[in-house]
Amino acid sequence: MSSIPLTHILFLSTALFFIGMYGLFTRRNLISMLMSIELILNSVNINFVAFNKYLYADKLDGIFFAIFIIAIAAAEAAVAIAIIINLYRSHRSIDVEDATEMRY
Amino acid sequence: MDASSIIFYGIAAFILGTAFISVTTTKIFRAAIALLFSLIGIAGLYFWMQVDFIAAVQITVYVGGIVILIIFSIFLTQQSGSEMPKPTMKRTIFSLLATFLGIGFTYNLINEYGFAATPLKPFAVSVSDIGMAMLSTTEHGFVLPFEVVSMLLLAAMIGCIVIAMKAPAEENLVADELVNQEQKYQEIKLPTNVITTPAEEMEEVIK
Repeated sequence: MSSIPLTHILFLSTALFFIGMYGLFTRRNLISMLMSIELILNSVNINFVAFNKYLYADKLDGIFFAIFIIAIAAAEAAVAIAIIINLYRSHRSIDVEDATEMRY
Repeated sequence: MDASSIIFYGIAAFILGTAFISVTTTKIFRAAIALLFSLIGIAGLYFWMQVDFIAAVQITVYVGGIVILIIFSIFLTQQSGSEMPKPTMKRTIFSLLATFLGIGFTYNLINEYGFAATPLKPFAVSVSDIGMAMLSTTEHGFVLPFEVVSMLLLAAMIGCIVIAMKAPAEENLVADELVNQEQKYQEIKLPTNVITTPAEEMEEVIK
């Protein structure tokens, strides 16, 4: 367990964050962009838990941050999917290029 | 290299590989399944870090809830096997540039900082400790964010119902569409050059 330093876990979460960012930049489909956002949120969770475990082993703050982030992510995904389905009903498409009413 | 580090690197490779598949594949259903495996790998990482409660929450909420929701929304909004268009070359290049710049910058930052190698205290989180801290009203208690999150979940639930509710004017829309189709049919059948207003056409239809 102690053979893995904290920095390696941080490298993992960094790589996961930037993979999610790449997906957010290249995808134009709303559901795929939502998936990329989930990846980004998960990389943040890994960071919180790792810092709590390695640096502040006698506290619980990182664990609680992870729990609340998971709860907020669930609410966010539910609202986002409701909006996407409503958008599909009116536009027959879930591409961001087709939903430009609120752009200007 | 002992077994623990081998397991860690295996889990890390699994997470990154499936996440990469999830953001690059052109089939959206395949992307959702890759995301599912990536989230399971992250739950495995939490098990490896011996935070069993977070791992259980991860599997319950993410794997059991959010991914299922995403898959259902894919079923509702488009064909499950449909191909997404590939991103344009310009966008791919600039995204890759931003990604590698960001990774390099952050890698440098983490490497330079060099976290103090604290003597690793045993880190055992029992669920009862989490429960006591979550509802305690003392200085380091978390009862206020707990209540705020419950209000947030209530607001999200009501918001989802309101947003996804069918509009009450749905029947009127259907009726309008029927009238439009009938008008088109009339126009095709009678290719006259006479410009008529929709009201007149409606009267003709009624006659």
